[in-house]
Amino acid sequence: MKFQLKNIVTVLLIAFTFVSCSTDNSEPIVISELDGLTKIQELTNDTHTIELYSASGTLQQGYNAISLRIKNKATKEYETNATVNWAPIMKMSTMTHACPYSEIKKTSGKQTLYNGYIVFQMAENTMEHWFLTVNYSINGVAESVSAQIAVPASTKQRVTTFIGTDGTKYLLALIDPSNPKVATNEMTVGVYKMSSMMQFPVVDGFKVKIDPRMPSMGNHGSPNNVDLIQSSIDKLYHGKLSLTMTGYWKINLQLLNDKNEVLKGESITDAVPSSTIYFEIEF
Amino acid sequence: MVVEQFSQIKKAKTSYILAFILRFIMKKIIFSWALFCLAIASIYGQEQTKDTIAPNNLNEVIVIGKKSEISQKQVKPLASIDEYLQQSGKIEMIKRGGYAWEPVLNSMATERTLITIDGMRIFGACTDKMDPISSYIEVSNLSEASIKSGQQGACHGATIGGAIDLKRNRSSFNDLGWKTSVNTGFETNSNQKIFGTAVNYVSDSFYIDTDFMYRDADNYSGGNSQKVLFSQFRKFNISATSGVLIDKNKLVEGSIIYDKATAVGYPALPMDVSLAEALITSLKFEYVPKSKKLTSDLALTNWETKIYYNTITHKMDDTKRPAVPIHMDMPGWSDTYGFYSKIKGVIENHHFNVDLNSFYNRSIAEMTMYPSDPNENLMFMYTWPDVRTFYGSLFLEDNIALNAASSLKFSVSLGNHFNEVADQLGLESLQIFYPNMSKSKSRILKSISANYLHYQNGFEYGLGIAYGERAPSVSEGYGFYLFNSFDRYDYIGNPGLKNENSVEGNAYLGYKNKSFSAKLTSSYFHISNYIVGKPDATVLPMTIGASGIKVYTALDYATIFNTDLNLEYQFDSHFKAKGQLVYNYGKDLENQNLPFISPLRYSTALNYKKDRFSAEIMIQGNATQTQYSPFYGEDRTPDYAILNLTSSYLFAINESKLNVRAGIENVLDTYYSTFSDWNNIPRKGRNFFLNVTFAY
Ligand SMILES: [Cu+2]
Ligand SMILES: [Cu+2]
Repeated sequence: MKFQLKNIVTVLLIAFTFVSCSTDNSEPIVISELDGLTKIQELTNDTHTIELYSASGTLQQGYNAISLRIKNKATKEYETNATVNWAPIMKMSTMTHACPYSEIKKTSGKQTLYNGYIVFQMAENTMEHWFLTVNYSINGVAESVSAQIAVPASTKQRVTTFIGTDGTKYLLALIDPSNPKVATNEMTVGVYKMSSMMQFPVVDGFKVKIDPRMPSMGNHGSPNNVDLIQSSIDKLYHGKLSLTMTGYWKINLQLLNDKNEVLKGESITDAVPSSTIYFEIEF
Repeated sequence: MVVEQFSQIKKAKTSYILAFILRFIMKKIIFSWALFCLAIASIYGQEQTKDTIAPNNLNEVIVIGKKSEISQKQVKPLASIDEYLQQSGKIEMIKRGGYAWEPVLNSMATERTLITIDGMRIFGACTDKMDPISSYIEVSNLSEASIKSGQQGACHGATIGGAIDLKRNRSSFNDLGWKTSVNTGFETNSNQKIFGTAVNYVSDSFYIDTDFMYRDADNYSGGNSQKVLFSQFRKFNISATSGVLIDKNKLVEGSIIYDKATAVGYPALPMDVSLAEALITSLKFEYVPKSKKLTSDLALTNWETKIYYNTITHKMDDTKRPAVPIHMDMPGWSDTYGFYSKIKGVIENHHFNVDLNSFYNRSIAEMTMYPSDPNENLMFMYTWPDVRTFYGSLFLEDNIALNAASSLKFSVSLGNHFNEVADQLGLESLQIFYPNMSKSKSRILKSISANYLHYQNGFEYGLGIAYGERAPSVSEGYGFYLFNSFDRYDYIGNPGLKNENSVEGNAYLGYKNKSFSAKLTSSYFHISNYIVGKPDATVLPMTIGASGIKVYTALDYATIFNTDLNLEYQFDSHFKAKGQLVYNYGKDLENQNLPFISPLRYSTALNYKKDRFSAEIMIQGNATQTQYSPFYGEDRTPDYAILNLTSSYLFAINESKLNVRAGIENVLDTYYSTFSDWNNIPRKGRNFFLNVTFAY
């Protein structure tokens, strides 16, 4: 008897669960153009206003994923059929240089958005600033807009520039994890070299070794990290980063060329608590 | 009658050794070890009450109290529950300080054994085992500790080493009216002050038992007056049990225990405890059929059902310690909901017992570390990632009286053990080590045992074989960077561990006449998939100063053998001698020693009693620990022997009884540490104690 009763109760409970699931209709998903994006600033010329967006609404030193929209001043409509490229430059007191940046593509799944990334290897200061030029053409008509943009220093190190043992100047930028978790995080890094003041192409076939450490806790590490190798799809370097707790982590780096020679960075030992090249993550 | 059920109090069985009968003992040992060889499997022992019709499965019982009074048979009635348990030849205590010792049963610690309070499952909330279940009760709550070896403890859940059921006090309907007692004690060594009361009331169909106990101890001193810093503790315990008898054969009983310890020092560990708090509640329904015979053959004798809930909060504290490398908070919580329902009955010569039981436990522990730079974010992680355990099992036992002198007992149980990691952060933390780990895991746990008992002309012997399984503990399965200050490794749980299982053999041999009793019991366990931590040199430790990482893995097998001999001799109406000799052995498959295996240990006592006066002299000691295990952080522990003296006098004034007991423990102030003292902390030096109990 007792068992029968228990079974009946179980069946009823299961039935109830299914009923409540099936009545739980999900609402149609409304995709907003600007979901998760905040405006950084506007760049204006006579015909158009370029709206720059990022997740945080700001730019900072290091890697920045940037979206933009082009608003026709006359029609107040957003252009959906433009060809866009951009050129960030930093005007310093003695020289001018560019930085690594991607092409701009139409954002898939969106009507009016275009996106790409820029890696600012330096932060602005009171005398020296970054300028962004956006070139676009609509129906064969080319236009351009340019303005100063604010690139403050990041609180944690997200980009590192150095000269490798091969004499080349390299630049590493931390792309992911952008929202680090206590977990095995997917890690993405961009590896660039400075071939001229204006040219920072992606480097192919290298390897980035990582060793995350917590300096405030006896410099302990974490297990099962996977060194970063280049993906043939996005040309960026991908690996896995284990973070066993929240707090401040120093991601010690070593850059290896295609012959597995260390170009920069040191292995961590008791005597060498930190590599000369590293990223910082705090969460 | 239900009344009889409730008033039944098990007789204590304690025995000791005496030098002048050593030759006799040796003969016994040789004889029973021959017996051991005869048994195909290995051997194990149990003690047995005299009821030959229904052999009792109790292995050993330590009487703690009776109704409102704490047992006056004890040398030190207001001793801690830990000190009571330690009297058993099957139990050792791992000591991390002055309080909350961890019981080790048959050379197996918490993971492999069960401790229950009146059959209730309770799980400690400390990742460092600072809070064994026995730390949440008081001697004033308890009537006895029933110790069952190996699979004979399977009625309380899945176990390898056995079970200790701590049985609550309960008023008997035989003794109506009010009963009050006041207990107070003082110990010089730790400046421990003990105060307790018990107030009980019984009417024809109602009873209520309440008690209160408070202990406050400073740091104790080892031998030669060496202060053991951070060994202080303070705790109080309050409990109530109340029952209503309906129709003379149905009983409804509610029970509650609240226990709170603060500022508990753990000198052997890097941290102390600022709070250890438990609330333990239950509601029981008991039914004794008026007409026991259901059919001409079948009779039901008792049906007991209980639902229970308990919640434990544990907060560790390093703020009192000088120079901690990094300050951290480590709180833990454990909540358990459970029930059991058991029916006892008789069919012809079969005494059977059916027990359906289940529990649901939620264990969470976390760790927050404070960086020295206050601008840095706090470092947080789960050390127990909100692990839910759901267990249900059916236990069946049949006790067959073969004839007036012998009986056979079988038991089987089948349980389902389900674990789930409920916290996403916790799950993803563990997935750093086990990328393919799933959120939950289900296991089937089986147990089967058979025992044969024979009793004739004062001689009794028993043989048993059994098989049992257990699931990994929360720490073994899901622990995340648990620092073990004994071997100084950080431990990582392993959710993929197989069930640990044990094939067990046991035997005992006893003899008893008017003035002499002797009992030799032995048990042997062959444990497969024996769960231990194995160093993983590829992973860096987290704790500052740790030697490395150990990941829980399983050895193919390990073996454990325990034997204990208890002797008692009554010279005349005044003098009685007791002795106990215990030998344990534990090795893994590579013949490496297992940790916390006792060296040869002994105790012997001579007792004098005349009218209301009694006195006892006792020597207790260990041989040198030669079979220690450096792999688990052990070193060689030298031998020791200590001398204790006690005396007591019972004043009877009308209906009231005043018992005054005074004694000196470790009279010679010997400095010593035992094999089970965590990090070799010294045991208490000379200690004068005074226990006064007044009952009316
Ligand atoms: Cu840390
Ligand atoms: Cu603790």
